[in-house]
Amino acid sequence: MENIKEYLKAERNQEWRAELRKSMKAKERTGRERNDMLERDPNVRNKNIDEVNLGLTEELALADARRCIDCANPTCITGCPVGINIPKFIKKIETGDYLGAAVVLKETNALPAVCGRVCPQEKQCENNCFYTISLKKPAVAIGNLERFAADYERNSGQMAIPEVAAPNGIKVGVIGSGPAGLSAAGDLCKLGYDVTVFEALHEIGGVLKYGIPEFRLPNEIVDVEIEVMRKMGIKFKTNFLVGRTATIDELKEQGYEAFFVGSGAGLPRFMNIPGENYNGILSSNEYLTRVNLMNAANPDFDTPVLKGKNVAVIGGGNTAMDSVRTAKRLGAERSVIVYRRSLVEMPARVEEVKHAQEEGIEFMNLHNPVEYFADENGRVNKMRIQKMELGEPDASGRRRPIVIPNSEFDIEVDTVVVSVGVSPNPLIPASLPNLKMTDWGTIVVDQDTMQSSIPELFAGGDIVRGGATVILAMGDGRKAAAGMHKYIQEKINK
Amino acid sequence: MNKIVEKEFFSENVAKLVIEAPEIAKSRKPGHFVIIRIDERGERIPLTIAGSDIEKGTITLVIQKVGVTSAKLLALNEGDAIRDVVGPLGKATHIENIGTVLCAGGGVGVAPLLPIVEGFKKAGNRVITVLAARTKDLIILEDQMREFSDEVILMTDDGSSGRKGLVTAGMEEVIKREKVDMCMTIGPAIMMKFAALTTKKYNIPTEASLNTIMVDGTGMCGACRVSVGGKTKFVCVDGPEFDAHEVNFEEMMSRLGGYKELEAKAYEKYLKNAE
Ligand SMILES: Cc1cc2nc3c(=O)[nH]c(=O)nc-3n(C[C@H](O)[C@H](O)[C@H](O)COP(=O)(O)OP(=O)(O)OC[C@H]3O[C@@H](n4cnc5c(N)ncnc54)[C@H](O)[C@@H]3O)c2cc1C
Ligand SMILES: Cc1cc2nc3c(=O)[nH]c(=O)nc-3n(C[C@H](O)[C@H](O)[C@H](O)COP(=O)(O)OP(=O)(O)OC[C@H]3O[C@@H](n4cnc5c(N)ncnc54)[C@H](O)[C@@H]3O)c2cc1C
Ligand code: SF4
Ligand code: SF4
Ligand code: FES
Repeated sequence: MENIKEYLKAERNQEWRAELRKSMKAKERTGRERNDMLERDPNVRNKNIDEVNLGLTEELALADARRCIDCANPTCITGCPVGINIPKFIKKIETGDYLGAAVVLKETNALPAVCGRVCPQEKQCENNCFYTISLKKPAVAIGNLERFAADYERNSGQMAIPEVAAPNGIKVGVIGSGPAGLSAAGDLCKLGYDVTVFEALHEIGGVLKYGIPEFRLPNEIVDVEIEVMRKMGIKFKTNFLVGRTATIDELKEQGYEAFFVGSGAGLPRFMNIPGENYNGILSSNEYLTRVNLMNAANPDFDTPVLKGKNVAVIGGGNTAMDSVRTAKRLGAERSVIVYRRSLVEMPARVEEVKHAQEEGIEFMNLHNPVEYFADENGRVNKMRIQKMELGEPDASGRRRPIVIPNSEFDIEVDTVVVSVGVSPNPLIPASLPNLKMTDWGTIVVDQDTMQSSIPELFAGGDIVRGGATVILAMGDGRKAAAGMHKYIQEKINK
Repeated sequence: MNKIVEKEFFSENVAKLVIEAPEIAKSRKPGHFVIIRIDERGERIPLTIAGSDIEKGTITLVIQKVGVTSAKLLALNEGDAIRDVVGPLGKATHIENIGTVLCAGGGVGVAPLLPIVEGFKKAGNRVITVLAARTKDLIILEDQMREFSDEVILMTDDGSSGRKGLVTAGMEEVIKREKVDMCMTIGPAIMMKFAALTTKKYNIPTEASLNTIMVDGTGMCGACRVSVGGKTKFVCVDGPEFDAHEVNFEEMMSRLGGYKELEAKAYEKYLKNAE
């Protein structure tokens, strides 16, 4: 920790940074207002899949970058799970060196264009910014600036291909191509390993592709990054389900020395209430996969999707928000969130809730479904809902929802998307009887090295945390890559 | 990309495709299936692996035309490639030597039944196979079934081949005649429902292989869910075979129709374009 502090201090003392700080009084910086990103008109965007946020213009980015006072003690960094050198990249932007800013980002974050878009900044870096903590003012727009620099780099056509160490000929396998797997693969490749990423689906990217919709994270952004990784020499094998197409033991026989498991939390939970298996009731994973991975809303593609008129989405997380906004875009007349707690307890990113409200999504907070009814064809047509109130805080610190007796009533629905959480994907654990698991089905790992109870197996992301975030998954991937490197080198040098 | 190395029609609407998939060929067992996607715009559909050749690195699929994707598949030729093939998926059939096994297949269920019949025979069982179809021309894989069955009974709705009647009539005949230790049934949901009711009367343990709608086939979406013994199960990872006496076939049939209108419209459009 001391080392990092020293390093940050030395960086901050560089002449260009000191000059920049002097160029404008701190008072003048803190007196400036935070800018918002440009956004598409809610009543236009809720009918198409174009990205909602348009990003910052160069002018706005410069203005926001100037707000950062380049603190001697940059608390913002403590809020970032991968420890991006935030003031450094922001000050690079202030000098107009946008490509330089992107380089700083990529030192610790392989996918800044993604994180700038989907990180819950208001809970992480921005929540720890000097403005938030001490000035009680809107934080420096760290996420927006991160997105700006990363987008600038991508649009410049000068994407830097990271330097890769001379190949060491050692084969390692990465299982799953979500953010955890991709970041582990990137780091292992930089260290000289011969990396193969195995992915069960036909597309690379995990939730970034099949879950998060185009209007929040265009696929193209993920694809550009994957292209860079291919150029670095990482091999991708799609349609390969580890544990089935080949087992880990078989891969070991093929010469793989160690593995990183980033297989995610892909098992959808249902509520097990009467009528939940009627037609028209589906998991958010199914709904979003049909639309995002299979392109079902496009008539030129073969996969069908139900376009409901009256759509209810159960849940309050990002997945629920993505589903309800997708339903609106597919033409729903009524698109409703049904969530058992109140608006403030919703785990979704604040921006997504705001965008959903602007787009005409209805919110039935403090409500919970108890039963579904169907027409003669077995298609859901009614949902019975119960009212809730908030009681004492529970283990998560949020106030516990309590049923209000005799408060049931029915609403009409023709499509219901159940988005009440996911469990870890059990496929890999089921094929490895010696792997130590928690009662929740997550893999037990060492906090520092991400090593599991099977020495050559490392793991991270949602398979270790349950449902978490993109940036935490990526942080795990990096940690695990370092752990694997150490493990393999020790084994070789024995 | 998985190349088609061999194609053979069994009847107008049923064909066998042998495709390159060396890794799957090596690891697959009877009861396993694959999910395929024909091209960039295709949907993902499940198909049982009817056989494999490890040396040649191929697997065999038997496909019945029912809608857009199966029609597109049957329109492909030797040398063409299928964009994506993933597997083997599902749990393998639990095969052991238990005595006499009655296998009942109908319609599209005959193809996935073949490797299971083969497996039970090779494990030393006496295998009696009942094949049912609406009419003579729709009976498929009869010769292959005979190769691995001690006896094959054909049943047709119109009596154009074998005996006239439903699959259950053929089954009951066997059950009344000799001791049956277990039964395996694959076919349309309605057929499996009645097959299960038949064996239940005689208390014969029965497995049904369920052909629900699927998307990913890895347990990620829940499209394939069914109720078994009152509990929700995912066919792609918990099955596809379940205790037939516990399966809620009514619910399964209803769920199979969940996209019927959209599928029918798409098929009409496809046929129009194909003209
Ligand atoms: C709709 C939705 C919206 C979200 N929004 C946000 C957001 O705004 N911000 C945020 O920070 N987080 C968000 N999240 C959460 C975030 O996406 C996840 O925490 C993150 O993707 C986890 O990364 P991962 O790499 O662990 O797993 P995943 O992204 O789930 O990737 C796992 C991959 O492994 C593959 N796989 C699984 N088993 C095998 C196997 N046996 N062999 C080969 N491949 C296998 C899977 O097919 C999958 O592609 C969202 C999640 C969803 C579903
Ligand atoms: C585990 C498993 C194994 C299977 N193995 C085989 C196989 O070896 N050979 C084979 O030909 N088919 C098999 N099927 C069925 C096959 O997946 C479907 O026939 C196929 O998805 C239909 O796609 P389509 O686009 O051609 O027709 P769609 O347009 O999807 O459907 C056309 C019509 O067929 C009905 N239908 C759709 N799916 C099914 C189904 N699963 N069973 C009965 N009717 C259905 C629909 O209700 C609709 O009316 C299997 C299914 C499962 C789940
Ligand atoms: S990666 Fe996320 S937490 Fe870290 S600085 Fe960027 S937006 Fe903030
Ligand atoms: S805490 Fe805020 S103001 Fe200080 S360096 Fe970080 S971003 Fe800039
Ligand atoms: S097909 Fe998606 S969970 Fe079974």
